[in-house]
Amino acid sequence: MANLKTRLLIILGCVIASVVMLYPRTVIERVKRDGVFVYDTVKRVPLKKGLDLQGGMHLTLEVDDSRQAVADKSEALDRSLRVIRQRIDEFGVAEPVVQKVGDDRIIVELPGVDDPERAQSVVSEAAFLQFLITDETQALERIIPRLDEAARAAGFGAATGAAGGDTAARVGVTSLFGADSTKPDSSADSTAADSAATAAVNSRGLFSSNIAQGGLVKGQYVVAAEAVTQIQNALLQPSVLAVIPPGKSLKWGAEEQEGTGGQKFRELYMLDSKPIITGESLTDARPTTDPVDGNVVTFTLNSEGGRRFRNETAKNLKKSMAIVLDDKVVTAPTIQSPIGRNGQISLGGASLQEAQDLALVLRAGALPVPLKITEVRNIGASLGQDSIDRGVLALFIAMGLVVVIMIGYYRFAGMLAVAALMLYVLYTLAVLAGFNAVITLPGLAGFVLSVGIAVDANVLIFERIREEIDGGKSTRLAIDEGFKHALSAIVDSSVTTILSGAVLYQYGSGPVRGFAVTLIAGVVASLFTALFVSRTFFMLWLQQTRGAKALSI
Amino acid sequence: MIRIFHHTTFDFLRHWRTAAIITAAFIALGIGSFAVTGAPNYSIEFTGGTLMQLDFKTPPDVAAIRSTVESAGVTGAEITQYGEATSYTVRAQDEASVEEQAGGAEGVAGKIKTALTLRFGADEVTVVRTEAVGPKVGAELRRGAWLALLLTSIISLIYLAIRFDWRFGTAAVLSLVHDVLLTIAFIKLFDIEVSLTVVAAILTVLGYSANDTIIIFDRVRENLKKHRNVSLYDTVNRSINETLGRSIMTHATTLAATLALLFFAGPVLRPFSIVMAFGVVVAVFSSMYVASSLLIYIERRYPRDTDDKNKRREAPAVTAGKAAQAAKARTAAPAR
Repeated sequence: MANLKTRLLIILGCVIASVVMLYPRTVIERVKRDGVFVYDTVKRVPLKKGLDLQGGMHLTLEVDDSRQAVADKSEALDRSLRVIRQRIDEFGVAEPVVQKVGDDRIIVELPGVDDPERAQSVVSEAAFLQFLITDETQALERIIPRLDEAARAAGFGAATGAAGGDTAARVGVTSLFGADSTKPDSSADSTAADSAATAAVNSRGLFSSNIAQGGLVKGQYVVAAEAVTQIQNALLQPSVLAVIPPGKSLKWGAEEQEGTGGQKFRELYMLDSKPIITGESLTDARPTTDPVDGNVVTFTLNSEGGRRFRNETAKNLKKSMAIVLDDKVVTAPTIQSPIGRNGQISLGGASLQEAQDLALVLRAGALPVPLKITEVRNIGASLGQDSIDRGVLALFIAMGLVVVIMIGYYRFAGMLAVAALMLYVLYTLAVLAGFNAVITLPGLAGFVLSVGIAVDANVLIFERIREEIDGGKSTRLAIDEGFKHALSAIVDSSVTTILSGAVLYQYGSGPVRGFAVTLIAGVVASLFTALFVSRTFFMLWLQQTRGAKALSI
Repeated sequence: MIRIFHHTTFDFLRHWRTAAIITAAFIALGIGSFAVTGAPNYSIEFTGGTLMQLDFKTPPDVAAIRSTVESAGVTGAEITQYGEATSYTVRAQDEASVEEQAGGAEGVAGKIKTALTLRFGADEVTVVRTEAVGPKVGAELRRGAWLALLLTSIISLIYLAIRFDWRFGTAAVLSLVHDVLLTIAFIKLFDIEVSLTVVAAILTVLGYSANDTIIIFDRVRENLKKHRNVSLYDTVNRSINETLGRSIMTHATTLAATLALLFFAGPVLRPFSIVMAFGVVVAVFSSMYVASSLLIYIERRYPRDTDDKNKRREAPAVTAGKAAQAAKARTAAPAR
């Protein structure tokens, strides 16, 4: 029977194609070797695992327009996308996904990331770098009474705010200056601090009682940790901000610090608001270790930026220059000599990795707009592997049960159905590999489920064949009729499943899309195996027995 | 040849009143509980908030986890054991936490992690999973899920309307609506966490139950043609009995796969598996009792008339005119 031969050849061809699809392939992949990402060849089954199965991080970012309005978000996101892509490329992640979704968000998928916090900051840090000269005109001291007044008017009274903070601040301030008095140039400052402290006692305003001069650098002040939040909030008030003289701005130090006596405080800087240079002029940034300053980032400016930097630093010799990253002062060194194209940012005891990351984001450039994270999903690699193990176990158990049920009930025909089921599993996986579909945990669940549902088509056919045999038809005719009559029901059930799968694909996010994809791939494979493969098996059986034997069904 | 329920003549439809009361009561209870206790137990992805799964080296003290989380400034978090004794989840889904994440979703998780590492040490506790979702994303996703549910129902409706004439179609669609309501009532009453995966389960149940109904209706249509002087009531009963073998086998294999998922695939997929398992039961129930009873009701209420018959003759791909005529003869006769 030529027809049968063709059918068998088609099935065999599909099997071979599937095996080829699923055969462990050598691919060049970015993999981790001894903690470093390198491109290497690895051999693996070409089924792509979703983040929930292989571990990794998913981030959704949106434009943060809480502080400033952004006119063209879509365009701003396009530019941000390029910056993020470059940062991630340098960060080193195997097969990252960075894409814009709709007009207002960017999704970033980083498989296999094992330090989520670090990855998160590399992606979302604005990395807006500015160099600002610190104020030397005692601008803050002069406006302190007015700041107090404005704060009081805005409801930030010293009575409420500084009742606790007041004492703490004074204690903090005294001991801070105790520590500073070892420095040669602190005498003048401590007088200023004393007067500030006296002023604090007299007026008991929010600012006067909580801010003291820092001592080391002109324009640098300290705020006791307890009062930081209160002052931050006060500084958000327009009426308070209006007091700050034009051309000056207040910026916080990067991190909370601890004095020798254990008091916690944060630095506050009064700065000239016009930057002498910004990160835009940067052409390169590299992490290095400096014998004196520890881990530092050295940077190179473009020629125009270098020229301006040299002029400005020459003009401001012996003054302090605050290096401001994302509105926070990282460090404020004193300019000893004019600086040209090459400079250095000391990070005050940061780890080499922090220096590396900072250099990386500075190299890739600042984000054109501030971004905020609206969604983070992070799954550890061990949890992913655990999910795979359990899912595969469930798959084998489900298959075992289905095999027992089918063979137990339908005997010989059941064996044909089981053979068709095995092909179903193979074909479905091959289709998934062929379309480069991503296998997720819900996808795996959908696949297990589909094993149970896939035999439905065979069940429909077998039940029909039984009925036809009962009706007195010959085996051959019964099989033909069985397939013919079951067809419409099988097509119907496939269509309804494909429809709900399509809707899920449209509306679902990552993991659920995986479910939809396996569902659809499963239905297509099951149509083929039930209508074509099982049929062929029956034809083969009929040919072998010449229709003489009763069918065990 | 093993045969279960072969040549059965159960009178399934006789119990339609009991079935209707049970299902209506269950749905009313479920819908009623929405009015009393509000929204279902939405997962983080729908409400916004933070979920962290923690693995400890040794079984920790729950109170210690709670006090640590609270010391990080996150009050109102739910702390529950997850699977093994060393595995816990922290769920900060309260209004304050969600609100805090409007400005950036990562903040709460960061605070909790820092506090836990300080308290238990980095070797003792590892954060194996973090999900942090801002309130806006959650609200959008929730809308999307309801939309998906609605859209699937509408698409199935259109498909069934094309596939059957309006009497069969209406019965099938109404029974689908019933399935969705029943499943939602079940989820609400048993406080199952509604995640996107559970929505996927509901949609799968929808498709699965539609199949079942289609298979029985297909047989009804065929039997209407074959046995012309049998009442519709008997024809439907006969059709359910004839497809019983198939139904039991298909539900058995599907349930086997679902139970394998439920017991072996781990806690993440548990809500999905429970809803699917319930869905299999719903499919059996609704195709046998709800869809079939509705079909009989509709056929009695709106008997096929001559005009309809003529229309049906012109329209291809629908039941042949003769069958319609026969159907008319039957529906005109007293049913039992």
